[in-house]
Amino acid sequence: MRLELTNNANCAVAKLDGELDEGCVKEVREKIDKFIAGNHFGQFIFDFSGVSFMDSTGIGMLLGRYKNLKQLGVPIYISNARGHVDFILSTAGIYTIMRKIS
Amino acid sequence: MNEFKLKLLSKTGNESFARSCVSAFCLELNPTLEEINDVKTAVSEAVTNCIVHAYNSQEGKYIDLSVRIENGKVEIIIEDEGCGIDDVEKAIQPFYTTKPDQERSGMGFTLIKTFMDKVDIISQKDKGTKVIMQKEFKKE
Repeated sequence: MRLELTNNANCAVAKLDGELDEGCVKEVREKIDKFIAGNHFGQFIFDFSGVSFMDSTGIGMLLGRYKNLKQLGVPIYISNARGHVDFILSTAGIYTIMRKIS
Repeated sequence: MNEFKLKLLSKTGNESFARSCVSAFCLELNPTLEEINDVKTAVSEAVTNCIVHAYNSQEGKYIDLSVRIENGKVEIIIEDEGCGIDDVEKAIQPFYTTKPDQERSGMGFTLIKTFMDKVDIISQKDKGTKVIMQKEFKKE
């Protein structure tokens, strides 16, 4: 799993590439939390366009970031989740707390 | 009929190996991409459960996978010798988790049930858990 974090014009983007599972979730979580602590932004986007596989471990990671960012008043958006990943996000109800954008 | 068995260390990172093996084995049934992803997700969830819950992230334990293909159907058995599940009925409820502190979503069994046709969970306290799941691949 590759993770690229950028912060431009008040908008933070976490671009994930590869397979999101138990094997990499700890590192992803830590990198994102460190980035959140060290940056200022008004919205946060998870770019899922490069995620080829995800299981419920990814849902746990998203819910955890949601809790942290909600306290800061920062809305989260999810962009470009593909087929199976999109279905899992929707089944777990993620789109009811993070808006889907393309 | 075709069959394979795999004994795997309870090591983080092995979920990926397990789901790749099982999905590659299913290719002889000409599954759709969606069906392959269903199987991959179910295997990933079950193996992650063994590592994280049954063995409490303790390495050096073993997970047994047994995969059997017959009449266009796959049966996958994933078994551990870990702590067992106290209450299976509770464990399969969406969002129920025994490890909320670890940011676990509690969606593992829900996704397994969503993606597979039939799921049986046999668990005994301190003896282990056996998850038996079946899926039939649709013919064109």
